Amino acid sequence: MSVAVLARGLGLRRRRGEASRDCSFELAAGRVAALVGANGAGKSTLLKVLAGLLRPAAGVVEVTGEVGFVAQEKPLYRSFTVAETLRFGRVANPGWDADRADRLVEEAGLPREARVTRLSGGQRARLAVVVALARRPDVLLLDEPLSEMDPVARQETLRAIMVAVAETGMTVVLSSPVMGELEGVCDHLLLLDDGAVRLACDVETLLADHRIVVAPLGADFGAHRVVETREGERQVTAMLRVTPGLDLPAGLVSEPSLDEVVVAHLRRAGVAA
Amino acid sequence: MKGLRLIEFRIDRRSGVATYLQLVHQVKQALRLGLLGPGDRLPTAREVVEQTAINPNTVLKAYRELEREGLVEPRPGLGTFVRRSLVTPGVAEDSPLRGDLLEWMERARGYGMGREDVEALFRSVLDQRF
Repeated sequence: MSVAVLARGLGLRRRRGEASRDCSFELAAGRVAALVGANGAGKSTLLKVLAGLLRPAAGVVEVTGEVGFVAQEKPLYRSFTVAETLRFGRVANPGWDADRADRLVEEAGLPREARVTRLSGGQRARLAVVVALARRPDVLLLDEPLSEMDPVARQETLRAIMVAVAETGMTVVLSSPVMGELEGVCDHLLLLDDGAVRLACDVETLLADHRIVVAPLGADFGAHRVVETREGERQVTAMLRVTPGLDLPAGLVSEPSLDEVVVAHLRRAGVAA
Repeated sequence: MKGLRLIEFRIDRRSGVATYLQLVHQVKQALRLGLLGPGDRLPTAREVVEQTAINPNTVLKAYRELEREGLVEPRPGLGTFVRRSLVTPGVAEDSPLRGDLLEWMERARGYGMGREDVEALFRSVLDQRF
């Protein structure tokens, strides 16, 4: 499997002080990665670095092939109509997929003669995603594409992106403050905190690696890594990153959801910082 | 021409069961009930994605698992095809076993049992025997 996105020793400017330098990860072609982190964690900065719009404070990134980027502010020509936006896209992009663009605009019910300034935030976001998909990039970077959309639009947009992945094998990185509806859509997770990637791995491996254990207070979790604990009067609930080959501690063991794993790691990162 | 899909997948996002396993289970269920049989083509990853909005890599992973179990085979350029059936004689529409079970369910209903009561009893005997 070829590598579509590679970051080595990458440093992003932190809010305070020195830039981080411990940011290394790679993403195989055809993967769909969720870039998750709190506000200010550096999601937009990382995407702009991957898109080649910002120079990293340190380290290198390599992105293979044509890159498509939809920034959070949904860059479109405000004075164009929807139809003009598509026409411009076709003229400006040799690989333009006019069929896909028309189909998606139709599905979204975007009024073709409406000017971009007249569209709602959600409609603008959809149009920006349509334009990005029609350009047929090898790597598509989306900065919080769903934030202004209603639930139906979110679902249809995710479907359109997934269909494009199925058809073209493109690689996708999309950012979001929470996992939420990205569960089931993303197969890779990049967890960002204060300018550094805390987790970069396959979603199913991540789930297989974590367990929630409810045990008596003072229980010994052995060589398993404790991500987070919550103590009650008599019991402790712990999220463990399991060390393979070792028995799990005695207690009530369950499998966490992706959301639970993400939130536990985010909280832990917050505490560490 | 666009044929009708032979199987419709339904993803339960809250079930806690990995999405690819849900697909695997649903194909096996269809194979057991004879809704899918040897030579049938499974929907392409693109078709499943169009229908469910899940990640195509998940579909491919499910199909690889089914292939590993010898149930389906990919034919390059054509799609993924069912290799063998999981229908046992007892499952058929006119089988005596099915008839007995129907009769048994009627009797359970006669005792005033609801769906959940029947499920609980059935499961408990099932666990005893299998």
